[in-house]
Amino acid sequence: MGEQLFYFLIYPGMLFAGVVGGLIAWVDRKVTARVQFRQGPPVLQPFYDFLKLLLVKETVLPKHGSAIFFLLAPVLGLFGATASALLILLPAFGITEGFRGDIIVLFYLLAIPSLMFVIGAMASGNPLSAVGASREIKLILSYELTFILVVAGVILKSGQTLYLDEIMMMQQTQGAFIGSISGVLLFVAALFTIQGKAGLVPFDLAEAETEIAEGTFMEYSGTAYAIIKYTKYILLFILPVFVAEIFFGGLTFTGIHILWSILKVVLVLVLMILIRNTNPRVKISQAMRFFLLWMNLLVIAGLVLHYLGL
Amino acid sequence: MWVFHFGGASCNNCDIEILDCLTPRYDVERFGMKLVGSPRHADVLLVNGSINGRDKARLLEVYEQAAKPIYVVAFGACGCTGGIFAEGLPFAGPVDTIIPVDAYIPGCPPKPEAMISGLMKLSETIK
Repeated sequence: MGEQLFYFLIYPGMLFAGVVGGLIAWVDRKVTARVQFRQGPPVLQPFYDFLKLLLVKETVLPKHGSAIFFLLAPVLGLFGATASALLILLPAFGITEGFRGDIIVLFYLLAIPSLMFVIGAMASGNPLSAVGASREIKLILSYELTFILVVAGVILKSGQTLYLDEIMMMQQTQGAFIGSISGVLLFVAALFTIQGKAGLVPFDLAEAETEIAEGTFMEYSGTAYAIIKYTKYILLFILPVFVAEIFFGGLTFTGIHILWSILKVVLVLVLMILIRNTNPRVKISQAMRFFLLWMNLLVIAGLVLHYLGL
Repeated sequence: MWVFHFGGASCNNCDIEILDCLTPRYDVERFGMKLVGSPRHADVLLVNGSINGRDKARLLEVYEQAAKPIYVVAFGACGCTGGIFAEGLPFAGPVDTIIPVDAYIPGCPPKPEAMISGLMKLSETIK
């Protein structure tokens, strides 16, 4: 029991994933600044922001709305993100092997933070938050189908195994999935899906700060917003790690492989940041068409190519 | 520091100078400052432009909605004293007669250097 709590709360769960996620949030802001020929913030800036929100600022409760759901939603979202961080990071660091079907459980757990943001926004009683929430729901509806198809494709490619750990092992012996054409197609779809899940720019229409004033997070302040920021940091860390696990053959932490593992995660991350910086925000109809039509076609093409042996 | 920008009845010159601070040449993100879209997230309320009767109610409402502690910066001659509008009929007083102001950045419009210097002085007093 004590061991599980340690896994959940400290390493590799809440604390560790959040701290690394904070550093990754700095990488995100720094690369964005360099792309725009700016200097960028100092390394510890995400932690300053988080601590300021957590300790200094007041938490304002909305006048019209349900205070309990408003405050409970970020906490549940954080627990959803932490639980998925556990399932992703425990096999990645080789601590435990996971269990049969953990990749399916992961699919559900990764949906929890977004759903909780929607509930929190609905509970705040703010009309702009409601607009953001409805956009987020439509976005979830569009990318979840692509995401489950990508996961199904990965399971097919690994010969019907449902262990995340075995999927990684198989890639280490037989070559990474990215090495085949179908793997590349699945990887492209997965990249756009996690872009939507992390709420980065082409798909940040739920929190568009210039049109609906941060949408879903508009009413949050102080500690509640700090928890949301922390959830975002964790997601920004575990989503690239998940993609690196299922397409680049996982992470190993012995000798020179440490460098390779970090490079894999950074590669996915930099791709996400570059997509974010070179694209405008899409409309909700464009996002839905992009995922429901084009990305699903891409994944299905990938599955067909897999059956043809490519 | 997260900055929320409140524009009163401004001539837009100060707004353009504020945008200058986000560009590669001045880049206030070096100091961890960024503009946010919601007053609930703001640490600094940057008020520019002359405040007339209609703006006054809105400024008060934004100030009350912001999560405390919040620091108010009066930006530009109009924000600090009223500037050339000070004797006009719709003028409802400079910012510091409506809400408490922590820093003044004068100028018409203030240079971006003046804004960075003012915000840095403010962040030193906070520590």
